[in-house]
Amino acid sequence: MTEEVIENVLNNQLLRFTTAGSVDDGKSTLIGRLLYDSKSIFEDQLASIENSSKKKGHDHIDLAMFTDGLREEREQGITIDVAYRYFTTPKRKFIIADTPGHIQYTRNMVTGASTANAAIILVDARHGVSEQTRRHSFIASLLQISHVIVCINKMDLVDYSEEVYTKIITAYEELSSKLVVKDIQFIPISALKGDNVVSRSDNMPWYQGRPLLNTLEVLHISSDINKIDARFPVQTVIRPQREGFLDYRGYAGRIASGILRKGDEVTVLPSGFTSRIKSIDTMTGEIPQAYAPMSVTITIEDDIDISRGDMIVRTHNLPEVKQEFDVMLCWLNSKSSVPRAKYTIMHANNEQKAIIKEVVYKIDINTMGRNSGDTVFKMNDIGRVTLRTTKPLMLDTYRQNRVTGSIILVDEGTNETVAAGMVV
Amino acid sequence: MSSYYLNYLDELESEAIYILREVWAQFQNPVILFSGGKDSITVTHLARKAFYPARIPFPLLHVDTGHNFPETMVFRDDLVNELGVKLIVASVQQSIDTGRVVEEKGKNASRNALQTVTLLDAIEANKIDCAIGGGRRDEEKARAKERFFSHRDDFGQWDPKNQRPELWNLLNGKYFQGEHFRAFPISNWTEMDVWNYIKKEDIAIPSLYFAHEREVLWRNDAWIPKSEFLKIDDNEQVLLKKIRFRTLGDITITGGIESDADTLSKIVEEVAAMRLTERGNRADDKRSETAMEDRKKEGYF
Repeated sequence: MTEEVIENVLNNQLLRFTTAGSVDDGKSTLIGRLLYDSKSIFEDQLASIENSSKKKGHDHIDLAMFTDGLREEREQGITIDVAYRYFTTPKRKFIIADTPGHIQYTRNMVTGASTANAAIILVDARHGVSEQTRRHSFIASLLQISHVIVCINKMDLVDYSEEVYTKIITAYEELSSKLVVKDIQFIPISALKGDNVVSRSDNMPWYQGRPLLNTLEVLHISSDINKIDARFPVQTVIRPQREGFLDYRGYAGRIASGILRKGDEVTVLPSGFTSRIKSIDTMTGEIPQAYAPMSVTITIEDDIDISRGDMIVRTHNLPEVKQEFDVMLCWLNSKSSVPRAKYTIMHANNEQKAIIKEVVYKIDINTMGRNSGDTVFKMNDIGRVTLRTTKPLMLDTYRQNRVTGSIILVDEGTNETVAAGMVV
Repeated sequence: MSSYYLNYLDELESEAIYILREVWAQFQNPVILFSGGKDSITVTHLARKAFYPARIPFPLLHVDTGHNFPETMVFRDDLVNELGVKLIVASVQQSIDTGRVVEEKGKNASRNALQTVTLLDAIEANKIDCAIGGGRRDEEKARAKERFFSHRDDFGQWDPKNQRPELWNLLNGKYFQGEHFRAFPISNWTEMDVWNYIKKEDIAIPSLYFAHEREVLWRNDAWIPKSEFLKIDDNEQVLLKKIRFRTLGDITITGGIESDADTLSKIVEEVAAMRLTERGNRADDKRSETAMEDRKKEGYF
């Protein structure tokens, strides 16, 4: 690359996407193909995979092996956890959250989906829309992923048939009519043979759309961030005990959404005091405005007591301040929920105690039906609950705001993260 | 001003600063693991930005194997002075002298694995509850599964199959007495990202990263620098070569590459064209296919 090309690349955006799939739908092969064809595989990695492929008796490079990380996965040929992969093209930088797709791994899919701009859902062309497709699509919708790309894979095994492809699209559209996804696209591919992954396939002249990689390169993600509601959760207070800054008191945090400008009238929650933004500071100097997801330090005009967990917002656009609220909860731990047990709740750099006051309903993830009799959450269960906290939280709905609308529950006995919730 | 959207490098910086501030807010006694390599230097630079105008609120912890590049040590001491932070040195030599570890023997002997014991001893002795590292997920396949906040049990061990899920930007740093955490603010960065960032921010790095003339010998597909610690076989030839290092570890195991890249711009160009991973020149990762995973489970960086 010349210096000029490198300079241009520096202005590129970052796209995070998640792929969910099981052992045999070709997910690992697809990721291997993306990395391999975009020249993101280094020669020593390639040599190591060639070596292992030969040992296993393959006569071709097993692309799937690029994504198997841990010893057990390599031995058993399965993905047991979320793994992150990176690649760059001249147009974008990509982070893949690679998650396994079995029903018992719903929690990993939810984890991978929580930070994703886009989800790739793989459908085996021979089998069409399956229970698993349903589950993946439901989770993408639940986690409000803005862009879903349905890849109809293994087209080589159905003679690259347009009819098969069209039928699957019709079936998927019926399923997705019950979901909330802004943008759904379909691409016929063969991950194994490379059709429509990085370059356009000659085997499917009837497909007029872009190949997968180019689709990812041009996805419009700038509007996925909430630029309306200014929310600044305070992470920590900066008080330098040094010459020149003895009176300095700055509030450090990452802007969750919206835009804050010097001079803006702001309200500090939960106290409700109002003031104005005096400065927005970074190490390289003051800046006139800051927007999500920038990490900055803010000083305000008045001497108000502000600490970690408080939220600075614009006075004319406030979140809800509540102690009792509903969330869609996903249980992540092998230890089931205990009715009325106390958990630590973490939300936007704030931490309180909470109980699950009521289970409104649980969702059968295969049929998407509601079940209101069962009040215990087991690993991978999803449902709607009412939480009650010891002190109020500053909340937006998850639909409006991924940062101020999400919570986790931590078990006080084990310190483990046992559940993730999205404010309804 | 483009449409209120950060480019990827600014987004990665913002994420790393967020994680460093979470460490400060959630732990009692965190430290930055400082090796003198570009990744820990980058983390230290990010910590400056995260807490400005305050000083970096963490000490730097250097696990000193005794097999250092002299240049790294000078660089470390200068940086500590400039930042006004505390430096804690944990010495592998001391672990050997007190019998905590036994040194490997033979030509390819390295102190790499011994560092784990020294590190865990230092964590316990200094009551450290979070050690911030410059580990990146693109470095190695076991690291691809690492969390931002990574739990270690009371033996300092990592259990990759039983990690806490990390959702959104909610980080759970809760632990029981005796346990600790490792935090990895630049998890999502690649080698290329680190170099681009060092160039953009004009961060000082040891001269070893730039092309220079050095006495080296060819071993395990890399140019190993001649040093007082290196046992040289009769059939091995010491040559004067223009080389630079892509990563810095112990002087005994860190291989250089032939290069003319003597400025940051040239390094960035060279790394962009590179067809081998940076750890391809590290003898410590070549011992087996799961060498990194095995060491990490024990408590390695």
